[in-house]
Amino acid sequence: MISELLPPYVIKALEKVDLIMMAALALLMFIGAITLYSANDGSMSLVYRQGMHFLAGLVLLLLFSQIQSKTLKQFAIWAYGAGLILLVLVLLFGVEKKGATRWLYIGIDFQPSEVMKLAVPMMLAYFFAEKPLPPRFIDVLIALVLVFIPMLLILQQPDLGTSLLIALSGIFVIYLAGISWWMIGGAITLVSVAAPLMFFYGMRDYQRQRVMTLFNPEQDLQGAGYHIFQSKIAIGSGGTYGKGWLEGDQSRLDFLPERHTDFIFAVFGEEFGFLGNLFLLGLYMFIIWRGLWLATKGADTFARLLGGSLSLTFFLYLVVNTGMVSGVLPVVGVPLPLVSYGGTSILTLMTAFGMLMGLKKRKRIYQAED
Amino acid sequence: MPQGERISIKTDRDELQLFRSRAIVAAVLVLMALLGIVGRLYILQIKGHEEYTELSRLNYQRSIPVPPIRGLIYDRNGVQVADNHAQYVLEVVRDSVPDQNSDGRRRWVDVTLMLERLGKIVPLSEKEIRIFTQQVQRRSRYEPTLLKENMTDEEVARFAVNKLRFPGVNLERRMQRYYPHKTIASHVIGYVGRVDERDLKRVNQKNYAGTSHIGKIGVEAAHEDLLHGTTGYKMIEVDAHGKHQDMLSEEKPVGGQDLILGLDMRLQIKAENLLEGERGAIVALDPRNGELLAMASVPAFDPNLFVDGISHKNYKALRDNPGRPLYNRALQGTYPPGSTVKPMISLAGLYEKATYATRRVYDPGFFQIPGHRHRYRCWKKVGHGSMDMDHAIAKSCDTYFYDLAYRMGVDKFSSYMGLFGFGERTGIDLTSESSGLMPTPEWKSRRHKQIWYPGDTVNIGIGQGYWLATPLQLAHATATIAMRGKRIRPRVLRGVRTAKDEPERLLEPELVAHIPSQNSKDWERVVDAMVNVMHSSYGTARGSGKGAQFTIAGKTGTAQVFGIAQNATYDATRLAKRLHDHSLYVAFAPAENPRIALAIVVENGGSGSKVAAPTGRKMLDAYLLDKYEEPKEEGEADDEKLKVSQGSSTQ
Repeated sequence: MISELLPPYVIKALEKVDLIMMAALALLMFIGAITLYSANDGSMSLVYRQGMHFLAGLVLLLLFSQIQSKTLKQFAIWAYGAGLILLVLVLLFGVEKKGATRWLYIGIDFQPSEVMKLAVPMMLAYFFAEKPLPPRFIDVLIALVLVFIPMLLILQQPDLGTSLLIALSGIFVIYLAGISWWMIGGAITLVSVAAPLMFFYGMRDYQRQRVMTLFNPEQDLQGAGYHIFQSKIAIGSGGTYGKGWLEGDQSRLDFLPERHTDFIFAVFGEEFGFLGNLFLLGLYMFIIWRGLWLATKGADTFARLLGGSLSLTFFLYLVVNTGMVSGVLPVVGVPLPLVSYGGTSILTLMTAFGMLMGLKKRKRIYQAED
Repeated sequence: MPQGERISIKTDRDELQLFRSRAIVAAVLVLMALLGIVGRLYILQIKGHEEYTELSRLNYQRSIPVPPIRGLIYDRNGVQVADNHAQYVLEVVRDSVPDQNSDGRRRWVDVTLMLERLGKIVPLSEKEIRIFTQQVQRRSRYEPTLLKENMTDEEVARFAVNKLRFPGVNLERRMQRYYPHKTIASHVIGYVGRVDERDLKRVNQKNYAGTSHIGKIGVEAAHEDLLHGTTGYKMIEVDAHGKHQDMLSEEKPVGGQDLILGLDMRLQIKAENLLEGERGAIVALDPRNGELLAMASVPAFDPNLFVDGISHKNYKALRDNPGRPLYNRALQGTYPPGSTVKPMISLAGLYEKATYATRRVYDPGFFQIPGHRHRYRCWKKVGHGSMDMDHAIAKSCDTYFYDLAYRMGVDKFSSYMGLFGFGERTGIDLTSESSGLMPTPEWKSRRHKQIWYPGDTVNIGIGQGYWLATPLQLAHATATIAMRGKRIRPRVLRGVRTAKDEPERLLEPELVAHIPSQNSKDWERVVDAMVNVMHSSYGTARGSGKGAQFTIAGKTGTAQVFGIAQNATYDATRLAKRLHDHSLYVAFAPAENPRIALAIVVENGGSGSKVAAPTGRKMLDAYLLDKYEEPKEEGEADDEKLKVSQGSSTQ
């Protein structure tokens, strides 16, 4: 019925959208909005702006869902190349905030590493799509080089969290490409040897501090451990059923730092409790599984690898954020996907979901027209 | 290339198959990782729920104590002797002090500038600013910090007018203890002072969380628990910065109880006026219930000086005053009781069958222990001649009592005197009471590492030697005689009430002991002898008993401060005032139905019959005949009492 009211090209465009995934994303954004309302002391100001982010994200999602796999594949190398140039520009002309140079000023502050979040999996999916799979060892090495170049550039900003997340999104492609389990085992061994070396020689003081406070946050209540301590109190005091919407004392009385952004999961956990958390995590899991399922329906190898990597990267953000807020992972600035306040993250994620939906093997509608 | 095509198709299918298996493994890993997060949330939200709820509560709940209003104190006629006065103070909430630069950032300089401007309206001393500066930096910027206390009416008015110019500076009302009668009864009422570490050790600290002042001495200290009341609490919600949000719950404080003292302020004023210029004490009790009617210790002090911490200058003046105004002579002063205890000794002799009422002793002017040459002299050099008990008491014959004590022996003597309360605290509801000293051979060997000589017994027979008693003990023992052996514990508190309009709850008298006697007539014999002291032609205080409209039973005493050599004579004119005898007097009246018992000590006053006894008569007249002077104007009374506290000696 509605379809009759809309022009046919709009209907055609909308048909590319996965409605089940869309419904789940909408529910997630709704949960995000009401949690944000509470985190902002019952003020609509941030909710309106977040709504604008959502709308812009929806437009991007619609746009990217129209792009076919083979078209996107052609863009991969350009996106990756442009991303690298931008990262170099950041290091040369970037805007500095809080001791880190992550932004380029182009009318607004623009963060090129966001581009890389999409460009790296695209590039690797493109790389492996042209190779016989499972990949040969030499191809894996080349892929790793493709991952490490942007990673090292982002580490220079410095932004350890983002560089690791981007590296992992590339590594997901390598995994999905079918790298042998022996190589995976070898890599894990290598990392567990390299990690302590990284800790002592590769990290900045504040990063090392964050890792240290992870293991004993109560030791430094005034400083680094305060965030984790307060967010644990918020989540823990929520109990089974939560304190109720707008009733979170920790958030309402300002004890919870960064509660609109990185620590919004603690606000949700305090107000909706363990059961609320189960529901939220269930919803996330559904989205991730649906993403993986969509990836298996991809038009070609590039589509599958990219779709799978984007789904797993979404999962990665979720685990790193909830793990951080509940005090089992170090504090790295990763927002809770689609719930935390912030435009950049939402635009990137919605673009990724748009790509994911567009990668499907197209039904040959035009055949009927013939 | 059909073959190549087939390979290509096969490869794509294989790749899809490979991808699917990888995606399924990934999906399982996703599930496991999320279950890990769920496990973590289970630990926090289910297992750790109580702990974290408590931590959350500690985060945002602050309990603010609300001190109760201290009970008031009245005398038996409803005259208020301790009051709570409103005092105005200035407090500063730093966060509310506006910034001068209007850039939204509050700086310390803004507070300094505010203090500068405020100082032009209300003078601020350097000390006030220094203490404020120290405190304000330790506290949360949302907490009020005290800036100025004890504001005068003018300062309050000046600030009130300019109030709007000083946001963040609040005029607050506080209750402060005030003693309207200044020096009068200061030793009984005592005073409150700031709570210190030592005070906190003896009270329930939780109940004193918001209390600034506590009873230090006197009734204020002895009945601290009644006067203080119960502290209330306000549960306040605070945010992460300590800023107050809402009140969560409130427990109202319960004010302290009002005390009604047995004290009669008119009699108290009379007593203090009678002792003016002297050093001494008067204690008056109602023998029927032990209520303290008056307790004067002169010179006295102004308790108001202590309430907010006495200045060094004032304290030095009190400390260095030779009259020792801070010392409560009635309670802490110990004096040889002298002849005032002869009635009690007579009762001991009768009870121990060491004598009988009609037994006669010849007084040649001295007593000698058989086989010893040393003469224990009677105050009357030529001797009293033949004495029975009545005459011995009325004429205060020392020889009779030397003999009696010697016959009784120290053990019987001391233990019977102990029944009257000598050598122990009366247990009156006041702080720092002295127990005096009722000597025994055990005490002497313990204290002086010496044996008890028979002469020691002879000396205590006339209330001298090692025997020391407080004026309160003398009044108490006299009251016990008045009650014919019923010993009732003296007390200051007559009753309590929860508020001014509420009915009083009066306390029941506490019977300490019933003093035994061989014959109940023994009490009357001794009382009759005491009446003869006042009203017979031969009584030592007959001058003071003359013209009385009621029967007085009394006994004078003159206690030696200075040992006189065997052959020397006591010559008051040649001795320094400090070495003069203490003048003592005990009495109760009316003898047949006593309503008041008293003891008077005038330090270095000389003869009991010349100094203390006439004072006692005036006390009895005042109380029993309601003969009080018109109350003086407050200002006048002040000046007069101030003079007393300077301890000016008129003799």
